[in-house]
Amino acid sequence: MNKDVIPSLSRMFRFQWEEAQQCHVILYPEGMVKLSGSAGEIMKHVDGQASVNSIIQTLSDLFDGADVGDDVVAFITEAKSNGWIELK
Amino acid sequence: MDGLSLNNPNSLHDRTTLNPPLWLLAELTYSCPLQCPYCSNPVDIANYKDELSTEEWLKVLRDARKMGATQLGFSGGEPLVRKDLEILIAESRKLGYYTNLITSGVGMDEARIAAFKEAGLDHIQVSFQASDEELNNFLSGTDSFKHKLEMARQVKKQGYPMVLNFVLHRQNTDQIEDIIKLAIALEADYLELATAQYYGWANHNKDQLMPTREQIEKAEKVAHEYQEKMKDKMRIYYIVPDYFEDRPKPCMNGWGNVFLTITPDGTALPCHSARLIPELSLPNVKDHSIDWIWKDSPDFNKFRGYDWMKEPCRSCDEKEKDFGGCRCQALMLTGDAANTDPVCSKSPLHSKLVDEIRVIEENAKNNIVEKPLVFRNMRSSKSLL
Repeated sequence: MNKDVIPSLSRMFRFQWEEAQQCHVILYPEGMVKLSGSAGEIMKHVDGQASVNSIIQTLSDLFDGADVGDDVVAFITEAKSNGWIELK
Repeated sequence: MDGLSLNNPNSLHDRTTLNPPLWLLAELTYSCPLQCPYCSNPVDIANYKDELSTEEWLKVLRDARKMGATQLGFSGGEPLVRKDLEILIAESRKLGYYTNLITSGVGMDEARIAAFKEAGLDHIQVSFQASDEELNNFLSGTDSFKHKLEMARQVKKQGYPMVLNFVLHRQNTDQIEDIIKLAIALEADYLELATAQYYGWANHNKDQLMPTREQIEKAEKVAHEYQEKMKDKMRIYYIVPDYFEDRPKPCMNGWGNVFLTITPDGTALPCHSARLIPELSLPNVKDHSIDWIWKDSPDFNKFRGYDWMKEPCRSCDEKEKDFGGCRCQALMLTGDAANTDPVCSKSPLHSKLVDEIRVIEENAKNNIVEKPLVFRNMRSSKSLL
């Protein structure tokens, strides 16, 4: 994956925190996906401005220099194939 | 990750803890300008004149959201009949619901679609009765086809995700390819090809609506072909009629597990057909909190989990997959809502269902019409009571 691409949430989906379930979710017509903790952390930084590279950097800084590159790329790939996000 | 979708019922989480009512269906009114003979509303709609007030609905929305409801469907009847729909949508958006409007499109125009957007509506599902004007207008009992086309175009133009919904039955199943082509032309994001479920009016009209096995086999092939062809552009949900299967559907994803329906008069139901089960006490949101109704009411606990099950469900290794099927269907076809759904080939009454379908199919092939199609309206409702 080219890590310079910028992911943004697709028009059809909404991303939000669900207090009752203590997790982030992605909502779409008649459906919902509950995200794991790490997937939620990544999605929080998908804002249509930050590139994949800069999301990796931000999260790495947040988690004491942890190597999160592979996790971010894997999630972004899956999110793209599910249609949740667009890449430009 | 844990997916949950109406159309992806097998991906549910564990049932050891009580889930919140994730899906709230708000049936705002039984009034409807259409008269579809397969309507899922009860046939005795004429008995229910009371409707919750705006304030009462707002309280329902707030209380269910507090419990964790996320998906909200405004339905009916025709929800557009309610003049306070914009107010309810605005509050829903503020509360954080993903808000779906489930509509015939009749009662909407360009300005109202824009007002809904302004209020924060997330998505609109427009129903059609057929792919051509003549059959659509016949089945809906209204001159609505052209208006529906115009509304579908407006929904897209104003930037909503659009679901088109067609209820399939004997009279329109053969035009499935034209239906799919219409959905493509209207640029639907999702297409729901939902086989009529035989409750309420559809059950009353079952003899005229039940498709033949041959029709279904053909339709299924076309649906699968287009699912593949349209993969990245439009999602097609094709829901097979369960009467023709050997295993029941995981109805409502389990009783009191995900779905909460509030009917126009405030009655809380575990599914929109449940009112026909006679032993329910039918709690009303005017008398009880939604929290109590969901967690503690006898109705919502009646078929929750697995303890209520009889054989063959009780010892069946598939019970966690289909929850014993549909309670309403079990009642209608076997006389006891706690029986195994007779769609299941393990049910001792399965052969009765098979025989019933055979008779209906025979009659269909020989064009034997024993009773006329009854259209859903208040007049027919009164005469059926």
